[in-house]
Amino acid sequence: MSFPPLPPLNRRAAAAAALLTLLAAAGAPPLQAATPKDTLVVAAAFDDIITLDPAEAFEISAGEVMGNAYDRLLRFDVSDPSKLVGDLAKSWSVSADGKTFSFELKPGLKFASGNALTAEDVVWSLQRAVLLDKTPAFILTQFGFAKDNVRERIKQTGALTLTLTTDKVFAPSFVLNCLTANVAAVVDKKLVLSKEANGDMGYGWLKTAYAGSGPLKIREWRANEVVAMERNDNYWGPKPALARVLYRHLKEPATQRLLLEKGDVDIARNLGPQDLQALSVHKEVKTTATAKGTLYYFSLNQKNATLAKPEVREAFKWLVDYQAIGDTIMKNIGVVHQNFLPAGMLGASSAKPYKLDVDKAKALLAKAGFPNGFKVTMDTRSVQPITAIAEAMQQSLKRGGIELELIPGDGKQTLTKYRARQHDIYIGTWGADYWDPHTNADTFARNPDNGDDAKSKPLAWRNAWAIPELTRQSDAAVLERDANKRKAMYDEIQAEFRRSSPFVMLFQQIEVAAFRNNVEGLQLGPTSDSTYLFKVTKR
Amino acid sequence: MRRLRAAASFAAVIAVTYLGLLAVTFFIGRVVPIDPVIAIAGDRAPEHVVQRVRAELGLDLPRYQQFWRYLQKVSAGDFGTSVLTSRPVLQDLLRAFPATLELATAGILIGAGLGVPLGVWAAVRRGGWVDQAVRVLGLAGYSVPVFWLGLMALVVFYAKLGWVAGPGRIDVTYEYTLTPVTGLLLLDTAWAGEWEAFRNALSHLALPAALLGAFSMAYISRMTRSFMLAELAQEYVVAARAKGLSEARIVWRHALRNAMVPLVTVIALSYAGLLEGSVLTETVFAWPGLGQYITNSLQNADMNAVLGGTLVVGTVFVGLNLLSDGLYRWLDPRTRAR
Repeated sequence: MSFPPLPPLNRRAAAAAALLTLLAAAGAPPLQAATPKDTLVVAAAFDDIITLDPAEAFEISAGEVMGNAYDRLLRFDVSDPSKLVGDLAKSWSVSADGKTFSFELKPGLKFASGNALTAEDVVWSLQRAVLLDKTPAFILTQFGFAKDNVRERIKQTGALTLTLTTDKVFAPSFVLNCLTANVAAVVDKKLVLSKEANGDMGYGWLKTAYAGSGPLKIREWRANEVVAMERNDNYWGPKPALARVLYRHLKEPATQRLLLEKGDVDIARNLGPQDLQALSVHKEVKTTATAKGTLYYFSLNQKNATLAKPEVREAFKWLVDYQAIGDTIMKNIGVVHQNFLPAGMLGASSAKPYKLDVDKAKALLAKAGFPNGFKVTMDTRSVQPITAIAEAMQQSLKRGGIELELIPGDGKQTLTKYRARQHDIYIGTWGADYWDPHTNADTFARNPDNGDDAKSKPLAWRNAWAIPELTRQSDAAVLERDANKRKAMYDEIQAEFRRSSPFVMLFQQIEVAAFRNNVEGLQLGPTSDSTYLFKVTKR
Repeated sequence: MRRLRAAASFAAVIAVTYLGLLAVTFFIGRVVPIDPVIAIAGDRAPEHVVQRVRAELGLDLPRYQQFWRYLQKVSAGDFGTSVLTSRPVLQDLLRAFPATLELATAGILIGAGLGVPLGVWAAVRRGGWVDQAVRVLGLAGYSVPVFWLGLMALVVFYAKLGWVAGPGRIDVTYEYTLTPVTGLLLLDTAWAGEWEAFRNALSHLALPAALLGAFSMAYISRMTRSFMLAELAQEYVVAARAKGLSEARIVWRHALRNAMVPLVTVIALSYAGLLEGSVLTETVFAWPGLGQYITNSLQNADMNAVLGGTLVVGTVFVGLNLLSDGLYRWLDPRTRAR
């Protein structure tokens, strides 16, 4: 066999190579890998944002943007969340009968637009949230505000004063805590109404726009690309040192890490345990961590006759190796937590009665009539650390004779099944909606109607856990005006919950952010809306 | 008259293609076990809000009625609003598609520009070291996960060597100095005479484009090689040699020209594949393109966005097929209408 001689390709190849080198050279200037001094660039995955209207926004990333861009009557103290501080409110008081809350605003407040901020705006914003009735509206409507009464119950009483009247006598801390939520943020009535279409109270417009008074104003949100915020020069308080804060959407943790190491971003928000481990030796990068209100748990559907047996429920709690998972998979990103109130919240308990105890679990299973165990499925979101925890559970459950089959799925897919009560076991997370114990008691320990077409469908309902007594106790706790008594009530509810619930509480999430060492004042808040980037400075 | 009939039948084929595409996507989208309400109302919404959103989306209607409503809207040029971005789908697509177009075009230029000569070379020197190298390269290009390769490329060329810029389309410094005209950053920056921004955009584009280029090069060079081997075994090549033509002329003018006919289809399909947007590359390089947009929409059952994206991909395929048909006619005189 003979081959024809090589055609004169070499010359062309050389030319092509030269061209490529040239291109590469053109694209490779001495890259200045540093962000501008007055601009904070944050790498984050924020594909959960679907709206910028505080009356509707309820997603984690949106919450953070709202916290920086909108003011509300009150905020809680980030270093001690049980303490409230006035934001727009100068002072507040509760009437003797415990139903009327009065507020007086600070004088001379202004929106970013330049419009004056008065009690009229505050009242209208709260009414608007109730009238629009979007997802987070329940935080306000649980006090009895409804479409037909909100105009009387949330009332302006002077240029800078207003009152809120609740339908029952609630624990004052509960009402005030709820007013720190984003849904109670104040929007610029004049500006929003000028954009109104078909009586929508500016809803169509505000989804992608901004009308607030916070320390940073939102310049632009491009879904899955960028959220751009700028200093609001009309802000009432100390103005941010930064001129701009830019969130860049970077879905991949490894990419976030590269950009941070290189200095192309100042803060990386979604790093995994390995990334954090690797960065711990990096000289120009530091980390900060905060325990969040988010809990990892798995739950047993009580519609499944096997899982409904009390001994089986308890056996599951003895068949998880909390310590081992905590030391490996959840290292730096979670701590073992076996209660439904996260540490840091009023009434939180640190009781941790459960550990891996195979013999105890086996005895319980035998008592329930399953000496040889059984097979069961768990819907598992294909995302870390959920998958890793699920696999670890698979191992320890097997030692007790329970064969766990994992059904992997996308987040929305497993959630759809869970919400329809079609799962056996579901593993997931739950974050506090606002900083008050009722938020979690309401969902974990309250199930007013276990029927298929119930009006409210809390987590207890999703697992078909009928609990009239706990529901009654939770309802009572929210009305208790004495903070110490209220705390004791939650203690009692949680003790029963630990003992008999179909929920196996696993970990409390720790959020970690890594940042360049020229960044100062970064503190992650316990809730999504209390990470205040406007307090950050850069050297 | 005949021409008119041809045009009409062509239009009918296109219409049926689109209708089929939409119908299949729509009904698959509706049987996917994901509740679209969750994306809008969130996991925490009270039951009455969930029911209201369901009604607003028209999800309480029978499926065929939902589809009919969608078709009516689309034919009026209204692609609906994406529930994830709260913006009209058309506006979203006009932003995502140019990003993908820029990347895919750069990728296919590299892929075809290197793949074809390499394939020819490998065919001519069959069994030689070039052939072996191309084979290994092709295999590697096909079997190494793009995700891993992308990250490694970033580690080496961006983090360690600093030859190229990192993920994203342009540095934040230029983010707000540019007015988008075409959405293609290279064109926009060049048009505005912003050469520094142009260099920056190019530097961001280089790595992902090279990566996509390497992948399509792997495929194109393999196909070129086999087409060329077939052509070089033809009698006309023997005849040309007997005539005393130079080897270069035989390879490049005669054999390659004939191999180009099937090759055009291969290149066009590779290009179309790149234009769908490659999710993994886009994710690693934080490239806000079509692949990420469609995938994210799909995972949230954001059907308006998915259907809009499907239409774009469909249009790309129809368009590139037309183009390669046209090129066929130009390359192969036998297919020209008499």
